Amino acid sequence: MSDLLGLNAVAAREALDKKAISAVELTTAYLGAAEATAGLNNYVALTADHALAMAAESDKRIATGAAGLLEGLPIGVKDLFCTKGISSTACSNILKGFVPPYESTVTANLWAAGGVMLGKLNCDEFAMGSGNETSAYGPAINPWQGKDKVDLVPGGSSGGSASAVAARSALLATGTDTGGSIRQPAAFCGVVGLKPTYGRCSRWGIVAFASSLDQAGPFTRTVADNALMMTAMASHDAKDSTSTQTPLQDLIGAVGDGVKGMKIGVPKEYVMDGMDSEVVTLWEQGQAWLRDAGAELIDVSLPHTKYALPAYYIIAPAEASSNLARYDGVRYGMRVDAETLDGMYEATRAAGFGEEVQRRIMIGTYVLSAGYYDAYYLKAQKVRRLIKGDFDAAFQTVDALLTPATPSAAFPVGRKIDDPVTNFLNDVFTVPANLAGLPGIAVPGGVTSDGLPLGLQVLGRPFDEASLYRVAGVLEQAAGFTMTPARMAGGAA
Amino acid sequence: MSVDKTTVAKIARLARINVSDERLEPLAAELNGILNWIAELDEVNTDNVEPLASVTGHALPMRDDVVTDGNRLDDVLSNVPEGASGFFVVPKVVE
Repeated sequence: MSDLLGLNAVAAREALDKKAISAVELTTAYLGAAEATAGLNNYVALTADHALAMAAESDKRIATGAAGLLEGLPIGVKDLFCTKGISSTACSNILKGFVPPYESTVTANLWAAGGVMLGKLNCDEFAMGSGNETSAYGPAINPWQGKDKVDLVPGGSSGGSASAVAARSALLATGTDTGGSIRQPAAFCGVVGLKPTYGRCSRWGIVAFASSLDQAGPFTRTVADNALMMTAMASHDAKDSTSTQTPLQDLIGAVGDGVKGMKIGVPKEYVMDGMDSEVVTLWEQGQAWLRDAGAELIDVSLPHTKYALPAYYIIAPAEASSNLARYDGVRYGMRVDAETLDGMYEATRAAGFGEEVQRRIMIGTYVLSAGYYDAYYLKAQKVRRLIKGDFDAAFQTVDALLTPATPSAAFPVGRKIDDPVTNFLNDVFTVPANLAGLPGIAVPGGVTSDGLPLGLQVLGRPFDEASLYRVAGVLEQAAGFTMTPARMAGGAA
Repeated sequence: MSVDKTTVAKIARLARINVSDERLEPLAAELNGILNWIAELDEVNTDNVEPLASVTGHALPMRDDVVTDGNRLDDVLSNVPEGASGFFVVPKVVE
């Protein structure tokens, strides 16, 4: 078979089972693709020998009829996941050289299902960013380009994951989503990304950013691939006290179920000032696609939407300041020596953390400090309840919500913005779902006049990922999104 | 609410991050930009609203109080920046 990279995950599984291709061949093709597209800087470590050894094991299991759900499929792992014996740094200098003696639950699930690990993928430092530009390894690049051929960000924080799946240097990739870090890069790179319900995937072994918001999820080329990978990722895990015991729905079966009779909400507050008109057009197109497929479209109101971002930028930094207190130069990671213990902490953290991470730790420290806790942190938690209440009310009437994934297409690498708040606005449509703990999926819907992908987002009730896959499946089919990026491995199709 | 140079120095100290004197002023401006924007939340009436800390809706599960892991000294120390005789080494804290 000549076009190994052209196979999506479902097709590759079939070809592997029929012995039309081998896992070693497939993995070799992806390792080659990763090398050929190294300029995109989406990998921070390629683990070729490890990958080929895993692929050889996969071939043995396929030969004996013992293939797992993801048997032989090459997977890239966001560097936020701890992988046993393999450097895991959260793309931060403070963790350079850290080699975990344990494996995260999510990645362990993927390997147990037969997945093959290609390497570790670039991301924003500690997942703090919306453009993959805060990484200690430098920015990952979006394989898509506009007419001016300027390098664009892949989005963030899981930018390397989205970039690699779009560039076909990973068939599947893991990401994490604290405020949109799966859905926004998926939209920027024209791939499918799911943030599951909070509690659906174990957080154990994932470097923590904001523990009440963080969720791991899959990046894939198609909706069916996404349901396949998600089925393997999710599990109840006693090592994560917020991990759910709610049984997983049949996600793979849901993809083709259609939306006939479903009620889909369109939240009026998601029309934002300064929103790209092409984003609005795509959103309307998405509504029409679902209506044509037999869904009932209903206008709904989520009145506290505009307060989601400011609430998020209190809660997330507060949790981050607490979580990142562990990087102290004592037990692992970087250490800068000093005379005193406090001096060592302060020197280590100043040298090890990048600018954005330091800024967020300081905001978090401030909003939690004596005298300000009630005014900021408690206030934000109250607003968080109101935001969740908006969704609870909407889901009394509708089965899912359709929104744009991002307010614009991907922006240029190095775009100079003095005001950090402007960067936060990338997450305006994605943050509310994290605050409410809801599942959300981004699906490519079309391209801008400049040829850049735009995504639609579907939000659902807690633990109802199946409805997301039903809606996403219809959107994918109606959109017929077959365009490929300029800087794809093997050249544009 | 806004922060000045002195407050930024205090926050940096609480966060255990060295911030040079010349960075204090620009950092105060950046933090104020964020804090002023966050102040939008003051518009929202949150009287009688309970704060939401967890979305799971269930209490944290209890487990049996038994040892589930241990005897992994080498693993624990495998990434230590400075160690000796099975301990973490830090600068002297008591005279």
